[in-house]
Amino acid sequence: MKKTYKIEVDCANCAAKMEDAANTVSGVAKATVSFMTQKMNVEFAEGADPKATMQEVLTACKKVEDDCEIFGI
Amino acid sequence: MNKKQKKMLKQIIAAVILVAILKLLPSFPTPVELVLYYIPYLVVGWDVLRKAIKGIKNRQPFDECFLMAVATVGAFALGDYVEGCAVIIFYQIGELFQSVAVGKSRQSISSLMDIRPDYANIEGEDGKLEQVDPDEVEIGTTIVVQPGERIPIDGVILEGASALNTAALTGESLPRDVKAGDEVISGCVNVTGLLKIQTTKEFGESTVSKILDLVENSSMKKARAENFITRFARVYTPAVCYGALALAFLPPIVLLLMGQPARFGDWIYRALTFLVISCPCALVISIPLSFFGGIGGASACGILVKGSTYLEELARTGVVVFDKTGTLTQGTFKVTGIYPTEGTSQDALVEAAALTESWSKHPISLSVKAAYGKEIDQSRVTDVEELGGYGVTAKVDGKAVACGNARLMAKLRLTVPAVTEAGTIVHVAIDGKYAGYLLIADVVKPHSAQAIKGLKQAGVRKTVMLTGDAEPVAKAVSAELGLDEYHAGLLPGDKVDQIEKLLASKQPKENLAFVGDGVNDAPVLSRADIGIAMGALGSDAAIEAADVVLMDDDPAKIALAMRIARRTNGIVYQNIVFALGVKGICLILGALGIASMWTAIFADVGVMIIAVLNATRALYIKDLAKKNEA
Repeated sequence: MKKTYKIEVDCANCAAKMEDAANTVSGVAKATVSFMTQKMNVEFAEGADPKATMQEVLTACKKVEDDCEIFGI
Repeated sequence: MNKKQKKMLKQIIAAVILVAILKLLPSFPTPVELVLYYIPYLVVGWDVLRKAIKGIKNRQPFDECFLMAVATVGAFALGDYVEGCAVIIFYQIGELFQSVAVGKSRQSISSLMDIRPDYANIEGEDGKLEQVDPDEVEIGTTIVVQPGERIPIDGVILEGASALNTAALTGESLPRDVKAGDEVISGCVNVTGLLKIQTTKEFGESTVSKILDLVENSSMKKARAENFITRFARVYTPAVCYGALALAFLPPIVLLLMGQPARFGDWIYRALTFLVISCPCALVISIPLSFFGGIGGASACGILVKGSTYLEELARTGVVVFDKTGTLTQGTFKVTGIYPTEGTSQDALVEAAALTESWSKHPISLSVKAAYGKEIDQSRVTDVEELGGYGVTAKVDGKAVACGNARLMAKLRLTVPAVTEAGTIVHVAIDGKYAGYLLIADVVKPHSAQAIKGLKQAGVRKTVMLTGDAEPVAKAVSAELGLDEYHAGLLPGDKVDQIEKLLASKQPKENLAFVGDGVNDAPVLSRADIGIAMGALGSDAAIEAADVVLMDDDPAKIALAMRIARRTNGIVYQNIVFALGVKGICLILGALGIASMWTAIFADVGVMIIAVLNATRALYIKDLAKKNEA
């Protein structure tokens, strides 16, 4: 399953860091972050609960980039 | 500017004023001065410090905030207060500039792609219009689109006639006339008349949703240059930090061992300069910004690129392969020549043929009727007989007329002239005598020849045409358009084989692009390095299979797409070379102690501003569009 989330992040480097962080979460098969469109595309691993997974993603992202925000979880 | 940016601007202005005042005041004893200069520093740099500390806490220390924090705190420690403040102020100015530039280009692109309809009108029982969410409209519902409104969902016109503005979708400025029975696509603006439309798709499946989806996700398929920069930044920042550390301590220790004065202060100053120069933001921001601009500019002219990686690939295209029908030619038949024998007029020949063929629905017959152009009085036609593989015979106004190929004429024992022109030939015999022939051909699009020329100018080495048509037709079209190579008589399956052959024979560093109209050529589109689908409005299969989608069917857009791709890539490489070059030189100068902190500030903020300005050029493609038309 694929979902797109609106995000808020200040710099391109931070977006790249968020992408890395999101990809380390176990429920995520593949995550891509676009700094330009301020969007995060997440492909969930099979059987993963999007809501719980996204909470984990948010925690992981906050760790690398304190100022980031993910909307619509 | 948004709230965050305004706040930042205020902080910067406040800090600049404070520093200026402190500069004008007579000098204080050192500890007092230190404290005083800390005020502007903290006003403008608190965010940076806070982020740097957070980064260290989260074991992600190496980022630009960290570089800046160390450099400025270091400068303060060495007693260079003004420089310390200047570095952080300029750094923040750079950040602010970057964030405004990015916001601006994001805004201009989203306004280009502002095609999302907010509502659909449904007529209630009392005749009043009710606005509903387009998502809730079911297939088969009748919606009403008033003049000035955007068509929200794909459908068929039930009632009304109007002109549609498709500019937001295709970049084409001429309005399109539509009437009852015509299919219309969402995203067009209804200009003149009220339309009642029966929807044929759900909103989510409609053209406008598909296009928005495609554009919004395009930045997810990242170009190699983009990935390279991210990976580069990941290695580069720590490397620079260790480099600076080494620069601060190794030379003085070596000097000490050699029995000379160590001058720790000098070396630390150099190391700090080194840190300021090395900040990677210019690269990290300018590259995605360039691609984003290129993709946005392209979509404004009806060229949808599915990701920056395709923009990169498109720029390296050396071979362009066309499917003939529907891309270079219009895919409809038209009478292109009327050749009566002596004693027969052109009009008489066409009239006889049109009347004889009046009952037939064959594309050839339709083209003959179109050439006749007048209302056909079918009561003049009797005894119609269709002879499969030969043609049609009938009596027109009581006279026997035969229309068909050379075999039909042979059957009637008539001799026909040898025709060398390419196309389908319809011979006509009237009253037992040969009366002449009509030449029918698929018409080349008006812009095709120019498109081929444009591709050559844009740097394409070879153009190839594939077609299922017979050799003479292919040869004629190929010669007319100036193509380098053609392959005729291909079955759909042969096209993939031909592509394989062409792929095998191309030069190693160039790409092969295939241009199709999306009908039956999905496998070829996906096999080529870059699949370009054209005339894709309403063709879902083409949008899915292709990497680049041209919304209208103008082949000249291919050259334009290529020009945009080339320029975007040019900008990206200029920025990489420029930023790395300037930084490289300044790093060396910094390490040697020639570059001061002020040079370092230019190498960081100056380079970034120039790179960002250069990147925003990618968005403005008007001059390219003009060049393409010339």
